[in-house]
Amino acid sequence: MSNIPADLKYASTHEWVRDEGDGTFTVGISEHAQELLGDMVFVELPDVGDKVETGDDIAVAESVKAASDIYAPMTGEIVAINEDLEDAPETVNNDSYGDGWLFRIKADDSSELENLLDANAYEASIDED
Amino acid sequence: MGSKTPLYDAHVKAGAKMVDFHGWDMPLNYGSQIEEHHAVRRDCGVFDVSHMTIVDVEGPQAQAFLRYLLANDVAKLKTEGKAQYTSMLNENGGVIDDLIVYHFSETSYRMVVNSATRDRDLAWIEKVAADFDVTTKERDDMGMLALQGPNAAEKIQKVLSSEQYAEIDGMKPFVGKDVGDYFIATTGYTGEKGYEIAVSAEQVEMLWGQLMEAGVAPCGLGARDTLRLEAGMNLYGQDMDENITPLEANMGWSVAFEPADRDFIGRKALEQKKAEGHDKLVGLVMEEKGVLRHGQKVTVEGGEGIITSGTFSPTLGFSVALARVPASVGDTADVEMRKKQVPVKVVKPGFVRNGQSVL
Repeated sequence: MSNIPADLKYASTHEWVRDEGDGTFTVGISEHAQELLGDMVFVELPDVGDKVETGDDIAVAESVKAASDIYAPMTGEIVAINEDLEDAPETVNNDSYGDGWLFRIKADDSSELENLLDANAYEASIDED
Repeated sequence: MGSKTPLYDAHVKAGAKMVDFHGWDMPLNYGSQIEEHHAVRRDCGVFDVSHMTIVDVEGPQAQAFLRYLLANDVAKLKTEGKAQYTSMLNENGGVIDDLIVYHFSETSYRMVVNSATRDRDLAWIEKVAADFDVTTKERDDMGMLALQGPNAAEKIQKVLSSEQYAEIDGMKPFVGKDVGDYFIATTGYTGEKGYEIAVSAEQVEMLWGQLMEAGVAPCGLGARDTLRLEAGMNLYGQDMDENITPLEANMGWSVAFEPADRDFIGRKALEQKKAEGHDKLVGLVMEEKGVLRHGQKVTVEGGEGIITSGTFSPTLGFSVALARVPASVGDTADVEMRKKQVPVKVVKPGFVRNGQSVL
């Protein structure tokens, strides 16, 4: 069973979201998702300043196995992207909840976080797969 | 529950992610397939290929049988142990399977065929063999490892006695030899130097363990696929199948039309195809971000084709592919990727050899 930190929220499409406490939210993909995809070879990220809406496909994680869309878990503006992934996409495999983060969103409405899954609910959703 | 090779437990113990491969439980990777890929290009890796099927052919008409069954000509093999890449075709010239045949004598040969096509292959071989004075025997009592990489010789030396190693020291590529209980061949599916080693199922686990102790990296099907694709080698069922002739799969070199009086199954269909003209298999290179994938549509000068195998090349750092396209193809092509047309270079199929780019 893969690691699902209890302090994060999750989208059913396998993104995790961390509340940074200042109205911004860091987003990555879960350990389960990177296991499914296998070795990452490219990560295409949005641009800083992009306005995104919940459910938009805004990034692509391309692994040896497949290209997988990554969806915005909240509506807002992209305020940071993880540029280190350009040269080291494998960081998403090696540290999916840490250095393998993808982008940070300044949410229009922080309460949108409530719509996401908690760790238990996400784990249950994986088990159904 | 699939079939298990004698190394199933060893794979699980080594942390393998096991997947179904045509009815076999096989390791996909032991963590990172890219690291396994690099291990083979830079040092040495080992693959469990015990799922592959070994068939021994013996009898007074063994040579005559194989000259009829196979598209390449085993009569070209003169020295003991010499190997040849070849294929079994149906009457339409379609590839039933590609394989390696070893010549021991004109009355004794060994074939190594794919696991994915095992049942069909064995049935076909039996059927054709019925008209010849030969016996065919599947060697399911044997397991097989592929030890591949620039340091393969150094590693195999650690697991053989000095007398055994002397037997294969300096052995030329594409030769197989019985060495003690092992059958050791200088063949592989990676574009690197190395060996394929067949041994009894009981002994293969010990050999695997000795190679692990010698610091050889265990490698799974994921790395096997990226290595063979970089080397421009076909995968049966993907780059060719029963509906594709060798001529359309960059295997024309393995079809012996000479001598003209040798009849082999599929010959007439191939001659007709040759006269009519046909598609060909080419290499594609895309240096931008993104990965070429199996099934993507390719537009070339004079028509459309399809990517038969595509991957990210860990050695090159960008994507390469094999594609079947009209023979009128030029130096460039467009590939439809995620609803966009992306320009790619067209090259000969083959991208990496002995650790180096050949582009």
